[in-house]
Amino acid sequence: MRSFSVAYKNLSKKKIRTSLTIAGVAVAVAVLVSLFGFDAGYQQSLNSDIDKLGYHLLVTAKGCPYEAATLMLKGGGGLRYMEDDVYKRIVKDPRIDKITPQLVSSVYNQQGGPEGQGAFALYMGIESSYLDLKPWSKFKSGGWFSSPDADEAIMGYEAAEVEQRSVGDQVFIPNVNKVLTVRGIFERTGTQDDGVIFMPLAAAQRIFGLPGKLTGIGIKLKNIQQIADFEEDLYNEPGIQVVSLAQVRGTILNLVASARAMANSIALIAIFIAVIGVTNTILMSVFERTREIGVMKALGASAGDIFKIIWLETILICIFGGLSGAILAAAGSSLIEHIIRSILPYAPSGKLVLIKPGLLLNAFLATLIMGIAAGTYPALRASRMKPVEAIRSGE
Amino acid sequence: MNEILIDARKLTKVYDLIAEKIYAVRDIDLEVRSGDFIAVMGPSGSGKTTLLDSLGCLTTINAGSLTVMGKDVSRAKESALVSMRRRFLGFVFQDFLLIPTLTAIENVLLPLLFARIPQDRKKAARLLERVGLAKRINHLPKELSGGEKQRVAIARALIASPKVLFGDEPTGNLDSKTSQEIFDIFADLNKNDNLTIVLTTHNPALGSQTKKLIFLKDGRIMPH
Repeated sequence: MRSFSVAYKNLSKKKIRTSLTIAGVAVAVAVLVSLFGFDAGYQQSLNSDIDKLGYHLLVTAKGCPYEAATLMLKGGGGLRYMEDDVYKRIVKDPRIDKITPQLVSSVYNQQGGPEGQGAFALYMGIESSYLDLKPWSKFKSGGWFSSPDADEAIMGYEAAEVEQRSVGDQVFIPNVNKVLTVRGIFERTGTQDDGVIFMPLAAAQRIFGLPGKLTGIGIKLKNIQQIADFEEDLYNEPGIQVVSLAQVRGTILNLVASARAMANSIALIAIFIAVIGVTNTILMSVFERTREIGVMKALGASAGDIFKIIWLETILICIFGGLSGAILAAAGSSLIEHIIRSILPYAPSGKLVLIKPGLLLNAFLATLIMGIAAGTYPALRASRMKPVEAIRSGE
Repeated sequence: MNEILIDARKLTKVYDLIAEKIYAVRDIDLEVRSGDFIAVMGPSGSGKTTLLDSLGCLTTINAGSLTVMGKDVSRAKESALVSMRRRFLGFVFQDFLLIPTLTAIENVLLPLLFARIPQDRKKAARLLERVGLAKRINHLPKELSGGEKQRVAIARALIASPKVLFGDEPTGNLDSKTSQEIFDIFADLNKNDNLTIVLTTHNPALGSQTKKLIFLKDGRIMPH
């Protein structure tokens, strides 16, 4: 007989009570792991989305900054236009490393969408400088436009998949009744660019009837520390606003901050309830076994022996609860991701709930500490029982 | 004369209640010598169990002195009493008090865990065989009859090779036939193993079969 066996056998003989307590711990741990996983995943995905923009700054026509943030990340929606002489003025600034003008237009296609219920197709007029800012954009097939004003298209990976087009095929733009020839198809980038149909900037301005108009100018500076100064100088330009990466990140993180605060409080409450649940279960079990504890003391058990047995029971419950919770969280992360995506106003494209082994290990250690904390009081109560009083308590 | 294992002088145990002090045992002088087989008898509330608890180091005493195995435990702390119980004393209770989640042999092995003695399954099995339970060593207490449970309890009390075996009404919950069988085990241990035994009983027929009878009344030893 070992203390572990005594503890384990006591738990295993009370299956329902033990399972329920373990389930309580497991749910708390699963909630905790999912929320921390969400925290890590969301920030990482957002950073990666922003990094993949390739810009430090985006100059857009004056409007709502939230709209601009969305525009930056989604590449479209709620469009306002500015004159392209803004671009001509800015481009000369010596602090600029790379700069690219763009004109985004979305066109409703009644036959579009996965089930033919209609969808917006996103068109973006670009110049070759666009590729300088996005060095990871590689051609899967084909290549760049034959001329800066050609009626040609380069399709994002997903756009080509959905429309089932390959190089040489034609793409019809509804509403403006124009046909483009596919010159190239990009490889998958994991960004919003995958769903966009690109065309030469001049062609886009002509086809959509927006001569000399732009929706945005993407800028990468030589030195990232000059962002604030550069932004300041652009305040003098009328009719535009500058959105920096830091702002976008901040704006979006602000949007989810309250949701995170709420979720973290729920996790803390879940943990608190689990600790109370475990303490209560073990304490109840100690009171029920008062005579057993008394007889163990009569048989030579010290206060430390009894403490150890009761503590082991609590820690065993928490270990099983922690393991089940970790498995539950890992297995259910895609479900949680789905739920979070449906709730959040904006979700980045990467994995939202990122559960790494380190997180699972930390959660497990936290559960162990929780077990130690929850078990201390019942174990102390049991160890301090006097043998005679404990043995005679039920008589 | 045999060696004195337990020596009580003016042993007194008081329960200090709010309204009054109750002298459960008072001024008891008693020697337990090696090989003794003592029955403590007396009406309910006469102090039998308290005397046994005190002699068995299950509780502290309030006045007088108590020496167990040559060590004065009159003012000993719980930790010292634990050590005495582990090394020298075995207990059997009226309600058997087996651990319900452990099998018969696991119950028998339990005191070795507390005494930090390596688990000796062979010895445990041998003891269970000796008390007549060879075939039921892997049964849980709920699968055993009252008499069988008490046999397990006796084996459990013997596993750490105690010097004195205490029985608090060990036959109190058994029918007369089983009572005699259990008593015979005690008698056999005393006779063949020279094990020192102190037990309490209400049953004069059993008490008369011991070597020494003590009558208690109102916490004091009565002459007889």
